[in-house]
Amino acid sequence: MSSSTRVTRALGVSALLALAVNAWWGLSLSPPDKVQGQLVRILYVHPAVATMCYAGFGLCALGSIAWLWPRTRSPRWDRLAVAGAEVGAVFCAATLITGSIWGRATWGVWWTWDARLTLTALLFAESLGYLALRRAVDNPHSRALVSSVVALLMALTVVLDHYATAWFATLHQHTTLFKPNPTIHGWQLVTMCWSFVAFGLVFAWMAVHRFRLEALEERYETEGYLTALESRRAEGQALPAVPEGDRVLAGSTTSAARVEPSS
Amino acid sequence: MWRDAALVAGKDLRIEGRAKVAVNQVAPYALVVLLLFGFAFDQDKPLLVQAAPGLYWMAVLFSGLLAVQRSFSLESADAAMDALRLSRLEPAGVFLGKVAAVAAQLLLLEVLLALGVVVLFQSRLSGAALLAASAAVSTAGVAAAGVVYGALCTGLRARETLLPLLLAPVLAPVVLAATEAWRSALGLSRGDGWHWLALLGCFAAVYLAGGAVGFGALMEET
Repeated sequence: MSSSTRVTRALGVSALLALAVNAWWGLSLSPPDKVQGQLVRILYVHPAVATMCYAGFGLCALGSIAWLWPRTRSPRWDRLAVAGAEVGAVFCAATLITGSIWGRATWGVWWTWDARLTLTALLFAESLGYLALRRAVDNPHSRALVSSVVALLMALTVVLDHYATAWFATLHQHTTLFKPNPTIHGWQLVTMCWSFVAFGLVFAWMAVHRFRLEALEERYETEGYLTALESRRAEGQALPAVPEGDRVLAGSTTSAARVEPSS
Repeated sequence: MWRDAALVAGKDLRIEGRAKVAVNQVAPYALVVLLLFGFAFDQDKPLLVQAAPGLYWMAVLFSGLLAVQRSFSLESADAAMDALRLSRLEPAGVFLGKVAAVAAQLLLLEVLLALGVVVLFQSRLSGAALLAASAAVSTAGVAAAGVVYGALCTGLRARETLLPLLLAPVLAPVVLAATEAWRSALGLSRGDGWHWLALLGCFAAVYLAGGAVGFGALMEET
């Protein structure tokens, strides 16, 4: 049993190649920025990673809504939700780390109490809570229900975080790419756009594997019970025939329990 | 629904009145937290006065977590949640009743903590209308979110540690907005505290409405 298929292997190789191209263009072809100098190179990682973080939590919200909706309720939506949340949490951590490195070089501090930064940190904490909650519930139906509710509440933080630079006075810069006149051109623009493709492929590879892994875990749990039942049945059938007088003790499988008459 | 809410709130408050956990344990804990904040700032009086609103709301948050945990530990014992489920009370009424009981305990605690802040941090209370309004709305928000997450965690493994992990990040906006509203009321900032009150109102409304609608499903699963 494996979470890998021919398609996921192709996806993984494509993601690796795309990352290599991103590194090549970002480190050698893209010129330094007039204002930021070499620091511009972090733009070929940080915005794409942050977008994948939102995509992960978006998938989680989508899966949760579809699971909560009675007409579309299916375990596969719950698998999609956990895959999105787990991959989203990884990309959220990467967003905080790369953003912190950029902040140290630009603002002189690893961390500042900016609305965007604080909300991203809260989102990361919420995602850890979501994953901890899933591990604490054994019943699949209850797990899907409670985690779907938490996922929807987490989605509110995603929306707030996304619009934080527009709604609050923040140090964090506003959008660079998605506006009528982007303030980025040439190889910088090409590399930044490519970084979304590269990290998108990494995201897809991780999410597909996590989704399949969840399906395998469910199968393992179900088949684990069936295997245990089968082995108990086989054990019962393999027992030697019990004499009529000892039938009372037939529930016991140890020979010591069969008490011999003392005289 | 309102009758059911009053019944549940009355039941929870009667149990608290008899067990006196809030008075004998949660309130002294909140005061100890205030004292520890004083030690942490090394009796730096101007800094303590500046930071008093934030420290006050942090103490409320910590105490609120205890109050919510207590509210649902009552329902965990002797399968009381099953009895509540079978009692034919409206789930929205049960939710609002539990919110009212937690909020009533928190409001009493907030009065006590405000006295503590005045005495220990030598803060001068002013802007009574904004202080009282933001305290009331924040308390509703903390209690509503607390009851939603408390219900989610009922009956789970490691619920004692899971609840703070889930609830603290969710309550962060309440702590932020309530602190800013109080800073404005106490004259420690130039910001408009009433805007922060509106944000608190939105938070409370979302959790009160969401909890009232979804509490039935949560009760069925916990």
